[in-house]
Amino acid sequence: MSSKETIGKTVTVAFLLCIVCSIVVASSVVLLKPIQQKNKALNLKANILAAAGLLNEGATASEIEEAFSSIKAKLVDLETGEYVEPEVVGRKEALAYDQRRAAKDPKLSESIPSDEDIASIKRRVRYAKVYLVEQDGQIDTIILPVSGYGLWSTLHGFLALEEDANTVVGLGFYEHAETPGLGGEVDNPRWKANWPGKKIYDLEQGWDPKIQVAKGSVDKSRDDAKYQVDGLSGATLTSRGITNLMQYWMGENGFQKYLKKLREGA
Amino acid sequence: MSDVTAKKVLFEPVFSNNPIALQILGICSALAVTTSMQLSVVMGLAVCTVCGLSNLAVSLIRSQIPSNIRIIVQMTIIASLVIVVDQVLRAYAYEISKQLSVFVGLIITNCIVMGRAEAFAMQNGPGMSFVDGVGNGLGYAVILLAVAFFRELLGAGKLFGVEILPTINDGGWYVPNGLLLLPPSAFFIIGLLIWALRGWKKDQVEPADYKMSAHKVKEAF
Repeated sequence: MSSKETIGKTVTVAFLLCIVCSIVVASSVVLLKPIQQKNKALNLKANILAAAGLLNEGATASEIEEAFSSIKAKLVDLETGEYVEPEVVGRKEALAYDQRRAAKDPKLSESIPSDEDIASIKRRVRYAKVYLVEQDGQIDTIILPVSGYGLWSTLHGFLALEEDANTVVGLGFYEHAETPGLGGEVDNPRWKANWPGKKIYDLEQGWDPKIQVAKGSVDKSRDDAKYQVDGLSGATLTSRGITNLMQYWMGENGFQKYLKKLREGA
Repeated sequence: MSDVTAKKVLFEPVFSNNPIALQILGICSALAVTTSMQLSVVMGLAVCTVCGLSNLAVSLIRSQIPSNIRIIVQMTIIASLVIVVDQVLRAYAYEISKQLSVFVGLIITNCIVMGRAEAFAMQNGPGMSFVDGVGNGLGYAVILLAVAFFRELLGAGKLFGVEILPTINDGGWYVPNGLLLLPPSAFFIIGLLIWALRGWKKDQVEPADYKMSAHKVKEAF
């Protein structure tokens, strides 16, 4: 019994245990990484397709890949609203650019002054990755990445617009940690069905984003009903977060310049 | 300890010596993941796996572990296993692992796992320890499922994501009780479950810490 209580024995056991455990942990991480990355990439693609209304329910991995192959990724300089070549961010193709990683990279992003940071995302990227669905050489749907703080978490999602750069095709979030059943209802298809057809801007008045999530349900008789989406009951802060996120990303620090150019060019 | 049979070791923790209901361990994760049945099943399985394998590993090397670092040794084994389980979930059950988020990682801090390693695996053989770990994982899973049943049914009108009570939000008649989706409701339900369990198995009722004595002194009134 006493033999195992010596200092030498203690050090040996601790050392061996650490070696064995680190091998087990390291090999599981390394071996499973390719599958995990595939899952993540697939999930992202499925969400992009879902926002654009191109995803069939229960689509398999290969169907998602096939549908996604018709979508083009492009990089946009948010300050000028112009497209840029992927070489600007040091990538060969736009698809390889990771906008969320870029938001943490001081070379590709900057912190947002607190009075402008209505969506509470802290840092903004210089270049955003947008996805375009084209038909016969014409842009059919524009899919924009959006993010903003809700109640507990930052919501990350995609907003799809029609070729007029104003009408919503769909909105979906692929990552959030809002309360299930309350804020988590942002994933509810019935709520998401409120978005298609809504307008972002009142173009007669200019380029101020008018879209917002209403408190309670929208009064359909009002003139501005087309800029409003039903609120989520029991999730005031999540609803407010989504309003802020739309205001930010559709505003002058977001995609406003790009959408303006797109519309003028079209 | 001669009357220890595998069956007894496996099923005793489920009702007679339940880790959550009798020992009141592992409450924190029971609050967090019981919003849906599906999450509870996965979490229960994860805890069964970790608890079983950590007991097995600790038991295998129990005669080698110096007693002054035994807690750290157990912790290291448990932490490694939890990371492996987390990685496996992320690879093969991506959607669910997204919802479980940090709670798989927090199995490390689940007192049940550590408690069984220290209390059982340090004294018993590997086979029996493994069974004991799985049994305690089952006990945990049973309570989780019971709590999740009420929370998901009354809070969201669903079971395993399948609609049972059509909710107002989806055009039905049932007004879901939002409180049941928030962590405090799990406290109420676990409390009620413990009450029910002790009503059924009277021997689990603890003796009162003190007795109220009759009021004898007449005071001014």
